[in-house]
Amino acid sequence: MPLSTRDVVGVLADNLRLRGSVLPISSRRATRWARDLSLPRGGETVLYTGTMYQLIPYIERLVRLEELLGDSRLARLSGLARRANRLVNAVAVVARPRPAEREEYDRVPANVARLLQLAGVEFGYLYEDDLYAGALAYDLGADEAVAAHARRIAGVFRAHGVREAITIDPHTTNMLRSVFPRLVEGYDVRVRSYLEVLADSSLPVRRKVGRGVVIHDSCVYARAEHVIEAPRHLLEAAGLDVGEPERSRAATWCCGGPAESLYPSKALAVASKRVEQLGEVAADCVTMCPICLVNLRKAANGRMSFRDISEYLLEASLGSDEARGPSPAPGTAPAAAPLARTW
Amino acid sequence: MTSGVLDPGLSDKLRQLGAFDAERCMSCGICTAICPMGISTLPRRVMRLAALGLEDEVRAQREAIFSCLLCRACEVSCPAGVHIADNVRLLRSWLLRGEL
Repeated sequence: MPLSTRDVVGVLADNLRLRGSVLPISSRRATRWARDLSLPRGGETVLYTGTMYQLIPYIERLVRLEELLGDSRLARLSGLARRANRLVNAVAVVARPRPAEREEYDRVPANVARLLQLAGVEFGYLYEDDLYAGALAYDLGADEAVAAHARRIAGVFRAHGVREAITIDPHTTNMLRSVFPRLVEGYDVRVRSYLEVLADSSLPVRRKVGRGVVIHDSCVYARAEHVIEAPRHLLEAAGLDVGEPERSRAATWCCGGPAESLYPSKALAVASKRVEQLGEVAADCVTMCPICLVNLRKAANGRMSFRDISEYLLEASLGSDEARGPSPAPGTAPAAAPLARTW
Repeated sequence: MTSGVLDPGLSDKLRQLGAFDAERCMSCGICTAICPMGISTLPRRVMRLAALGLEDEVRAQREAIFSCLLCRACEVSCPAGVHIADNVRLLRSWLLRGEL
């Protein structure tokens, strides 16, 4: 029996209202990725993470708990859990990912910051004011809580004098670029994905990666924000042979992630179907959304390798494996070409 | 279709929450054929129930409505240009009114 939609959405909306995120983690955890980068605070152009990648290890833990609770009699106590969560932040109590899990996902915003620096883009960071943008609560229909949260973020942008936000995931891009203008009067912040920014820049390539991969388009990037060509342009310039799966670009097949907070088994079925489609093209898949990354990895269960696009791009730009993560890469062996160029 | 309370004002209630446009649906069923979730009522039948104002019938589809991925695969194939994902999101907001 799935958990009550009323109680699950209620907890998420309560958290957004009371603690500024659907899954509140400390600002120390959310900003840890930036501690060695000496990024300037604020500025007219900021890198806005929306904490999406940083939240993924906590989401994974909570979904595992939900899968257990959904099949037990404890599911009937979800209303009680919601009331308790208003008093005590349940995420801090029940979701405790291991440091290695946190570090893997924290590496993505750090990768993006380094790529932007290599491309000569000047930007700041809002640190503890870099807030979750509210995508999950918005998608689930918690409109009042999301509207208030959007006004809060718009106020943060005004207070810091932010005129442009560079985002790192499709859901934050969509909220800041397409949803907030409908919710906040006078909102006029320019919003671009870092992929769009890099595609328009002169990011150096010091070593061609030389590997065959299959690309998985995020539904939100491809169909809502029309970010389709930029990632392909960047990957091909980095020396990757980009394969297209059965459903790609604007016809991409969902990773199932949006259903995970309420119906994890349904999400897994959709993700499994997508893994089959991707696996027919290559054993290494490049993703550009944290939700896609975690859901496809889980469905593949080690049969394929999934990596965030920032890792491939940084590997090519630095000419080293510095950005590569610990997960296995069962695909074709790399054949690096030592050719420097820019795009 | 089973018994239901016909409420011609349901569309108006949904439009107060946002740009609800399910009345444009031609009921061709392409959206249901392409939906990754494989739920028979999603999204065509849900759109029709809402457009017809069958409030009880819509409430009975609560799990289907909250199962939608909002992935918009249906939208890019819809010949009538219905904003299906936005409509589903508005139905969620309407279902949750008074519950949050």
